[in-house]
Amino acid sequence: MAFEPSPADSSARMSAGVMAGQAARGVAGIARFVLVVAATFLGLLAITFFIGRVVPIDPVLAVVGDRATAAVYEAARERMGLDRPLLVQFFSYVGDVLTGNLGQSISTGRAVVDDLGRFFPATLEMATVGILIGVALGVPMGVTAARRQGSWADQVIRVLGLLGYSVPAFWLGLVGLAVFYAGLGWVAGPGRIDIFYEGLVEPVTGIYLIDSLMAGEWEVFWNAASHLLLPASILGFFSLAYIARMTRSFMLDQLSQEYVTTARVKGVPERRVIWRHAFYPIRIQLITVIGLSYASLLEGSVMIETVFSWPGIGRYLTVALLNADMNAVLGATLVIGSVFILINKVSDVLYRILDPRARR
Amino acid sequence: MTAPLLTIKNLTVTFPTPKGPVEVVRGISFSLGRERLGIVGESGSGKSMTGRSILKLIRPPGRVTADEMVFDGIDLMGLRERRMRELRGARISMVMQDPKFSLNPVMTVGEQIGEALQTHRPMPRRQLRARVLEMLEAVRINEPERVADLYPHEVSGGMGQRVMIAMMLIPEPDLLIADEPTSALDVSVQAQVLDIIDELVRRNGMGLILISHDLGLVARYCDRILVMNGGAIVEECAARDLDKARHPYTRGLLAAMPRMDEDREELPVLDRTAWAAT
Amino acid sequence: MSAVRDWLLDDSPSSRLQASLGRAWRSFSALMRNPLAVAGALIIVVLIVMAVFAPWIAPHSAIGQDLANRLAPPSALHWMGTDELGRDIFSRVVYGSRITLMIVTMVAVISAPIGLLVGAVSGYFGGWTDRVLMGVTDIFLSMPKLILALAFVAALGPGIENAIIAIAITAWPVYARIARAETITFRDSEFIAAVQLQGASSVRVILRHVLPLCASSTIIRVTLDMAGIILTAAGLGFLGLGAQPPLPEWGAMISSGRNFILDQWWVATMPGFAIIAVSLGFCFLGDGLRDVLDPKQRDGR
Ligand SMILES: Nc1ncnc2c1ncn2[C@@H]1O[C@H](COP(=O)(O)OP(=O)(O)OP(=O)(O)O)[C@@H](O)[C@H]1O
Ligand SMILES: [Mg+2]
Repeated sequence: MAFEPSPADSSARMSAGVMAGQAARGVAGIARFVLVVAATFLGLLAITFFIGRVVPIDPVLAVVGDRATAAVYEAARERMGLDRPLLVQFFSYVGDVLTGNLGQSISTGRAVVDDLGRFFPATLEMATVGILIGVALGVPMGVTAARRQGSWADQVIRVLGLLGYSVPAFWLGLVGLAVFYAGLGWVAGPGRIDIFYEGLVEPVTGIYLIDSLMAGEWEVFWNAASHLLLPASILGFFSLAYIARMTRSFMLDQLSQEYVTTARVKGVPERRVIWRHAFYPIRIQLITVIGLSYASLLEGSVMIETVFSWPGIGRYLTVALLNADMNAVLGATLVIGSVFILINKVSDVLYRILDPRARR
Repeated sequence: MTAPLLTIKNLTVTFPTPKGPVEVVRGISFSLGRERLGIVGESGSGKSMTGRSILKLIRPPGRVTADEMVFDGIDLMGLRERRMRELRGARISMVMQDPKFSLNPVMTVGEQIGEALQTHRPMPRRQLRARVLEMLEAVRINEPERVADLYPHEVSGGMGQRVMIAMMLIPEPDLLIADEPTSALDVSVQAQVLDIIDELVRRNGMGLILISHDLGLVARYCDRILVMNGGAIVEECAARDLDKARHPYTRGLLAAMPRMDEDREELPVLDRTAWAAT
Repeated sequence: MSAVRDWLLDDSPSSRLQASLGRAWRSFSALMRNPLAVAGALIIVVLIVMAVFAPWIAPHSAIGQDLANRLAPPSALHWMGTDELGRDIFSRVVYGSRITLMIVTMVAVISAPIGLLVGAVSGYFGGWTDRVLMGVTDIFLSMPKLILALAFVAALGPGIENAIIAIAITAWPVYARIARAETITFRDSEFIAAVQLQGASSVRVILRHVLPLCASSTIIRVTLDMAGIILTAAGLGFLGLGAQPPLPEWGAMISSGRNFILDQWWVATMPGFAIIAVSLGFCFLGDGLRDVLDPKQRDGR
C-alpha cells in the first residue's frame, strides 16, 4: 500500500520541487508554479475521467434499467451527454468538478460533494494526530540514531524503519485492536465515539477533539480521544518509520560536514552542535519529508479506516468500491488525490523558499 | 627556558580498515613554545590528523593514543570531554582548510563569530556585536557592519577565510592550529591571509602550528619546521637551516621547489627510492 | 575451483564473457558478505521453494474444508491452526506463496519495461519528447498510488489480473524517472557517439546500449519496491478487490479472519507474518543490492 512515499518518488519529487521552488521565485515563477499544479490536477481529472469511461458497467443502463426500450435508452444516453465526442465530455466533466458537481451517490442517495464534506474531517483528524505522533517521535529517533551510528539504538531504529515498509497497516490495526482494546482494554474500540455520546456535541469543524473542547464537554473529548488513540498511533508508526529514517540519513550527512567540526573546534556544547549546527540546516528538507508523509497518511487512512470502522473518506471510498458506486469512488479519489497533490507541491516549494541559500 | 606550551610524546592515530588497523600517525613527538611551528608533508602524510588529535577531534572509529600530550600543564589525554570542550576555542583553536565547507551555510557570519566568544564568555548582545565588528576589522574586512550580516555563500573565499580567522581568534586562544589555511585560496590572497595570521599571532604572543604542503611558505612564516612523511616526522629543523636538511625526503621536496632564478628545464620529480629503503 | 576463481577475478580478462562473469562474481561475493542481504535472499529462496513445491510441503489441502475442526488453535497437527471452514492455515499460507510470487513477478514484468522504455526514450531524445513524457510521468508520480490502484480495480472489476494491472499502472513512473536520470548521464558520452557514428539507428542504440546500462539501478529499485507491491496486493485482497475466495491469498485470508480476531487471533495473524517476512526479505535484499551495485545511493532511504 503506497503507505509511505518511496525513496525514489520522494527524490524525484524533490528534484521536481527544486524546479518548482526555483520557479516560485518571481512573479513569472509563481505563474509557472500555478501552471504546474494546475497541469497535475488536470492529469488527475483525466485519470478519473478515464477510469469513469472504462467501467464495464454501462452508466446509461444504471439509470434506465435493463428492460428499457432502445428509444428510451438512446434518449437517456443523449440526455447524459454520452453521445458527444470524448473531449467534449471531458471538458464538461472538468466543468462539473470545478462547480462542485460530482453526481449522486447510489449508496447514500446524497450528492457526493455533501458526503465528502461530512466524511473528510474524520480523516483529517486521524491523519493529523498520526503525523504529530510521527514527527514527535520520529525526528528525535532519527537524530539519536545518527549520533550513535552503529549502536543498538541505531539498530532498533533501522529495524523499525524496515518494518514500516513491510507490515500491512490493516494487519497492524487488527492486531492492535486485539491487544490494546480486547486484551488490555487501554483504548476504546472501533468507531469515532461511543454511541452514548453521539450527537451530544454540535459539529462545527467536524473534528471531534476540537468540537468537544469548544463545547467544554470533557467527557466527550476523552471518549473521542480514546477512540482516536489507536488508529492514529498506527498511522503514526508508519510516518515515524519514514521520518526517522530520513532524519537519520540527513543527519549522518550533516555530522560529517566540516562546519559541524568547526563548531566543535569553537568548543560549542554538544547539544548546540547537534541542534543548532547540524539539525537546523536540514529542518527545511524535513518539512518536505513530513509533508510527503502526511500526504501518504491521508492515503493510508483508507486501510486503517476500514479496520476501525472510522467514518472517514477512506471508509466512504471502500464502501463505495464494494457497491460499485462509481460517482462516490471517483469523488473520493479526486478529493484524496487533490489534497495529496497539494500537500506535495506546497511542501516541495517551501523547501526552496525557506532556505537562506536560495533566498536572496 | 620556560615550560613549553605543548608537549607531545609518541602520538599515534589508528583507523580500523577492512584490512586491519592502519596507523595514519605513527608515534610522533614534539614540543612547542610560544613560537611558530610549521608542519609540512605531502597529501595523506597525517598532518591534519596530528592537528585534530591535539583538539581530540578525531571522529570514531579513529583512535588516538599518546604517552603524553600536555598543554600548558594540562594533561589532554586524561581530560574529560567536558573540560576538553572548555579548552577548545578558548585556549586552543584551529583555522580550517576550506571556508566554503567550514562555515555554517545557514548562520550569518556575525552570528558564527559571536558564537565562538559567547560560548566561553557570555556577554550582552550589544557588547558581543561590538567585539565581533572589532575582530572583523582586525582581519582587515572593510565594512564589518555589512559583512557581519551576510551568509557564507555571499562572501568570497578570501573573505571567508578571514572570517574563519576572526572566529578562531576572537576568544584569544594561546595556541592556534592553522590547517592549510590558504590552500583553497587564490595565490594573490594567500600572502594577505597569512600576513594577517602572522600579525595577530605575534601581537597576542600565541603559539602557532602552521600546517601546509608548501615548504617555501612554511619556511617564510615559521621559526621551526617538522617534515612529515607516512605518518612519521622525518626531519626537524629551524626554518633558516632548511637548506642544510639531511633527510633525503626533505632534500627531494626542496629540489622540487621552483626557484626565482630558475634555470632548469624541468622540475625534478620526487625520487621515492632514496628513502623508501630506510 | 581456485582456478575458476582466478579466471573470474583476472585483472585483464581476455573476453567479454570473462569480464562480465567476473564482475557478476565480485558483486555476488560482496553481496554474500552482507548478512542482511543473505537473510533477504534466503527468505526469497524459501518463498520460491514454497511456491514451486507447495503440494509436497503443505500437509493439508488449501481448500479442503473440515467443518468439524473449525477455528482450531495452532497444534502439532495444524501448525497455524484452522480457519472458519476448518481449512489448515499453514497449508493455505504455503499455497498462497504462489499467488504472491505471481503478483510480484507480473507487476515487475509489466511495469519495469514500460518505465525503462519511457525513461530511456525521454532521456535519449531530450527536447519536447522529454518534456511531454516526463510531464506525464510526474503527474503519475504525484498521484496517491493506492487510491489510484483502488479506483482502477473498481473500474476493471475485482480479481487478481485486474489487481496486477492496476498496481503495474501505478508502479512504472518511478522506473521511468530512474532510467531517464541514468540515460542522461551517459547520453553524450564517447561510446554512444561511437555507436551512432557506426550508423546504428536510435532504436538499436536504445535497446542494445542504453537500456542495459539502466538495468542495475532499475533492478535495485524493483527489489526495493517489491515490499510495497506485496502490501498493495494484500491490501486489495483485504478489501475484497484482489484475489477472490476461496483462493488462499494472504490479504484475503486476513480479511476473513477479521471477524475472529478477538477470540481466534491466529486466523488473521498468521498470514500477516507471512506478508511481513516476505516484504522484509525483499527490503533486506534490495538494501544489500544497492550497497553492492550502487554505493553512492547508500543511506538514501
Ligand atoms: N576515516 C578514515 N579511515 C581510514 N583512514 C583515514 C581516515 N581518515 C583519514 N585517513 C587516512 O589518514 C591519512 C592522513 O590523513 P590526513 O588528513 O592527516 O593527511 P594530510 O597530511 O592532512 O593530507 P592533505 O595534505 O591532503 O590534507 C591519509 O592517508 C588518510 O587516507
Ligand atoms: Mg589535511
